[in-house]
Amino acid sequence: MSLVEIKDLQVHYPIRSGFFNRIHDYVYAVDGVSFEIEPGQTYGLIGETGSGKTTIGRSIIGLEKITSGKILFDGHDVSTKKERKAIDYNRDVQMIFQDSLSSLNPKKRIYDIIAEPLRNFEKLSDTEEKHRVRELLDTVGLGEDDLFKYPFEFSGGQRQRIGVARAISTNPKLVIADEPVSALDLSVQAQVLNYMQEIQSQFNISYLFISHDLGVVRHMCDSMAIMHRGRFVELGTRDDIYNHPQHIYTKRLLAAIPDVNVDQRDAQRKHRKEVEKIFDTEQSRYYDKNGRVLPLQKVSETHSVALPEDQVKGE
Amino acid sequence: MGEELLTINHLHTAFKRGTEYFDAVDDVSLKIHKDEILAIVGESGCGKTTLAKSIIGLHDLKRTKITGNIKFQDQELVGASPEKFDQLRGSDMGMIFQDPLAALNPLMRVEDQVREVLDYHTDYSATKKHKIVLKLLDQVGLENPERVARQFPHELSGGMRQRIIIAIAIACKPELIIADEPTTALDVTIQAQILDLLRSIQAQNHAGIILITHDLGVVADTADEVVVMYAGQVVERGTVFQIFNHPLHPYTRSLLKSIPQAEHEGDRLYAIEGAVPSLAKMPHDGCRFAPRIPWIPESAHEKTPTMHEPEEGHYVLCTCYQTFKFENGEAV
Repeated sequence: MSLVEIKDLQVHYPIRSGFFNRIHDYVYAVDGVSFEIEPGQTYGLIGETGSGKTTIGRSIIGLEKITSGKILFDGHDVSTKKERKAIDYNRDVQMIFQDSLSSLNPKKRIYDIIAEPLRNFEKLSDTEEKHRVRELLDTVGLGEDDLFKYPFEFSGGQRQRIGVARAISTNPKLVIADEPVSALDLSVQAQVLNYMQEIQSQFNISYLFISHDLGVVRHMCDSMAIMHRGRFVELGTRDDIYNHPQHIYTKRLLAAIPDVNVDQRDAQRKHRKEVEKIFDTEQSRYYDKNGRVLPLQKVSETHSVALPEDQVKGE
Repeated sequence: MGEELLTINHLHTAFKRGTEYFDAVDDVSLKIHKDEILAIVGESGCGKTTLAKSIIGLHDLKRTKITGNIKFQDQELVGASPEKFDQLRGSDMGMIFQDPLAALNPLMRVEDQVREVLDYHTDYSATKKHKIVLKLLDQVGLENPERVARQFPHELSGGMRQRIIIAIAIACKPELIIADEPTTALDVTIQAQILDLLRSIQAQNHAGIILITHDLGVVADTADEVVVMYAGQVVERGTVFQIFNHPLHPYTRSLLKSIPQAEHEGDRLYAIEGAVPSLAKMPHDGCRFAPRIPWIPESAHEKTPTMHEPEEGHYVLCTCYQTFKFENGEAV
């Protein structure tokens, strides 16, 4: 059974205006998405700014009120606060944020930052707590002498690792990582991703990995979904998405990634321009009259694409 | 290759901390020609932006000491007066910043912001300026320039704002454009468009562009020449093909190795141990990258690292590149 099951999730924000401040329209931030996360797996959510990927993450953890749809965790519905409380959901689901500096309290020491979730959810004695915090710091490669420092004393990569340590302190089953490495340099990004993978295999944690970086998602995720305008345009395994993309938007995204292979750069540039041209001329076929992404069609066991019906064919 | 545009010789930029000065840019020499895109790469804290600010004169001289030579169009920029820089900035040098929202005035309409440069540097009539502004907005690929000209920055998307910044930077057809992380805050598809735009502007204006970035993909896609900086020093310099096809310095090789690669999906990524040393802890002698490759014996490094030129136009600092191997024995 999958750990998390999202069924037709919708999050709409009302737009109010006029004298009585009446609702006259909605922003369809998330407009009917369904997917599943298996235990111990990393699921990637890819999308550009404003596509609604962060809103999905926030809805799952309960920071966003959902308009309709269902979020099932281990078979339990967790759409409302009461239901979440009943199954200790807030302990089992944790989050890693993009900006490590603003997500750590500047007035607290690292020891207290990491111990906070423990104090909320687990009744540990002082020595047990100390032992556990040390263990956690050790898992992310920080030492004894970092225990009583403040967040500003660390580099960006170290701070992000502290965020990881805090997220895993209660032995969660699911960690939502919202752009965990976008603010980091290349070599530091590698450190944080390595720790995330190690921890995953050690504790069998599932990740929901939200990112706009297609290279990082390819490295981290087994299956993934591409989002555009609040809906999924393509959903499948790594191989489906990167080697057999079918939706015009996915192709455009993939073509836009700058490649480090300098010998191919003119060819790559030409390819990108061609895809861009096709996107301009053909995009109306992939979206309905209101600019909404078409419903997903299954093209193989694992692969679904929002294609017009006449284009559906197996692989 | 076009004529020489900017020459930097032995530039040191030192910041004052307490009573002491610390070199954030340490002995940097480089050249940029017309019609050339020079990329400066490195991690945060390596001095890329400090170098750019030294060129364009944005440092607070009370707290900064700049020594060395920066020669731009036969003028010496080190020690030049603020008035001199006022005259150069905007007309001969344009700058594109990372965060377009922070670089634009939220209370001014787009037209007024673009026209400000023209007001300062030219004495055209109001109608001519209006025409130029619309032409610039069109040139940077904004649809319906008249409408955009009347809008405020908050009404525009990130990509459009960055286009406005570029329009401001090229308003007086500068010889040199410094772009500091111009696409870091943008989505990949917008990034591709902005990079195409920079290239087309360069082709039209024959400007030299200094592109500062930490994204090696962007460098490989856009640059002609590459300068790799580490801890305030230039550790490697060469053409984009030399740097990406035959990287020499251990730092360059490590950076390239830590990119997630398609062929090695799911494997452990290569991570460089440790971090860039902070200004106050910067070692004074020896190879600055040595602490991050501890398995390389001390004898492989030079006591006082110097620039070597193993192939024409390809420079590398310190001798450690000759014997460098990764911990697992691989050379690249």
